[in-house]
Amino acid sequence: MLEQTVLAGFGGQGVLMMGKLLASAAMDEGLYASWLPSYGPEMRGGTANCIVVVSDEEIGSPVSDACDAIVVMNQPSLEKFESKVRPDGTLIINKSIVPVETTRKDVNAHYLEADDIAEKNCDANRSANVVMLGALQSVRQILKSDSVRRAIACSFKSKGQQVIDANLAAFAAGTNALRTEPIGPTR
Amino acid sequence: MPATKQLTKGNEALAMGAVAGGCDCFFGYPITPQNEVPEVLSYEMPKRGRVFVQAESEVASINMVYGAAAAGKRAMTSSSSPGISLMMEGVSYIACAELPCLIVNVMRGGPGLGSITPSQGDYFQACKGGGHGDYHCIVLAPWNVQEMYEFPALGFELADRYRCPAMILADGVLGAMMEPATIRDDDAPPDVPEKPWATSGRNGRNHKNIVNSLVIEPYGLRDHNLKLQAKYAKMQCETRWDTRHTDDAEILLVAYGIAARLALSACKLARKQGVNAGLLRPITLYPFPSDAIVECAAGKKRVLVVELSSGQMVEDVRLAINGKVPVDFYGEMGGVIPSPADICRKIMEAVQ
Repeated sequence: MLEQTVLAGFGGQGVLMMGKLLASAAMDEGLYASWLPSYGPEMRGGTANCIVVVSDEEIGSPVSDACDAIVVMNQPSLEKFESKVRPDGTLIINKSIVPVETTRKDVNAHYLEADDIAEKNCDANRSANVVMLGALQSVRQILKSDSVRRAIACSFKSKGQQVIDANLAAFAAGTNALRTEPIGPTR
Repeated sequence: MPATKQLTKGNEALAMGAVAGGCDCFFGYPITPQNEVPEVLSYEMPKRGRVFVQAESEVASINMVYGAAAAGKRAMTSSSSPGISLMMEGVSYIACAELPCLIVNVMRGGPGLGSITPSQGDYFQACKGGGHGDYHCIVLAPWNVQEMYEFPALGFELADRYRCPAMILADGVLGAMMEPATIRDDDAPPDVPEKPWATSGRNGRNHKNIVNSLVIEPYGLRDHNLKLQAKYAKMQCETRWDTRHTDDAEILLVAYGIAARLALSACKLARKQGVNAGLLRPITLYPFPSDAIVECAAGKKRVLVVELSSGQMVEDVRLAINGKVPVDFYGEMGGVIPSPADICRKIMEAVQ
């Protein structure tokens, strides 16, 4: 098993955190994992992204230009990364602030209003990243949901139970979002 | 030893590895992409009563390392390519004075001020001198976060054994990436050998210890050079390397550090396309595992060297193989990371 995921958005949307949650959950399951942020020169308001590789065997390259899944939190990220998903791979797009659809016809694109879902479920759109993570989990199912929940609880421990609960709720909302709104590859 | 598996950033692992490796003093000057190394050490060192100094420049840093090493302390510095260039005079002095120390280079794109993205363009500088005169550093090339954690201790150990500077040659990807790594929980100091040569006080001896890199008399300097060369010859037993899928391979890839990670993925892609590719990864770049490469390449159709440079280590591979097997090269420069698919294409071209 080899799963390569890019998580991309504005700086501040929590895409690096999202990647760390994935990598932590993989480590928790005894899998190999790597997390690599983009650290090149970026302008303010530009894109932040990271790539997470999860595997049941030793990981070679921590980078890929044919990813299994890409989580797109904003429009510049869609433009920058939609070409980096392999044919038949997964795109998860935050419809709240991405007004366009992917130009790719050979991938499975899923759209959800992550900011709105986060605001409705957890009173803050700050957890839109975890909503997207929930959506990713419901589509790819590479890791166990329990491990991701444990990673959330562990990562937000220093911020208190309220923050943990809000993020667990965001994760659940994201997981359900695509189930209740079946707008998959046909869209 | 009690230890926990933690998702750890390469640079942070390296800093914690230096602490675990008994680093007494760190001297450095900030530069991307290694800034987490001094950041972590800036709070981990004082906590343990050890020395952390942000020096006024790289030149100052390396000369502080020179002084602390002369006093018998485990001293280190960390920088990235342009900063390491500034240190080269000091490294040559330390090598001549036969002092152990650790120098970390988290390489970025060059030449010049270059870029901040990963590169392997400093192989020649690390392995073939860099500074002036006939000297070598022991050069270690980690390829994952676990080795970023373990190699500072190994570097200090080898440096002490041979009274020679050791260098860890990493790159921007290894510094920035996170992986699960087993990190020791305790702070037990490592075994450090006696340093009777150290200028740490007379302590009742009947002679003065003198640390010096000026040997003005030609025959005296020749003799000192012969002694250094004898030491480098003795060091050849310290070569370390690692292999993956080499037994049934028709083509052998040779790569170190992050390039070896990319090459490993490329080998797997090639095998899916019916070409048996294997990987040999030098862990010590100096001393260079020439014999291991010759042995491993024997009977293979071709050798393909992959580097994030214009082709530097490939020269040592060609010297080792000495024409017995054709050696091809693939490299990218300037901070561009080739994809495993790119490398796989080169494998296919090479075997055709």
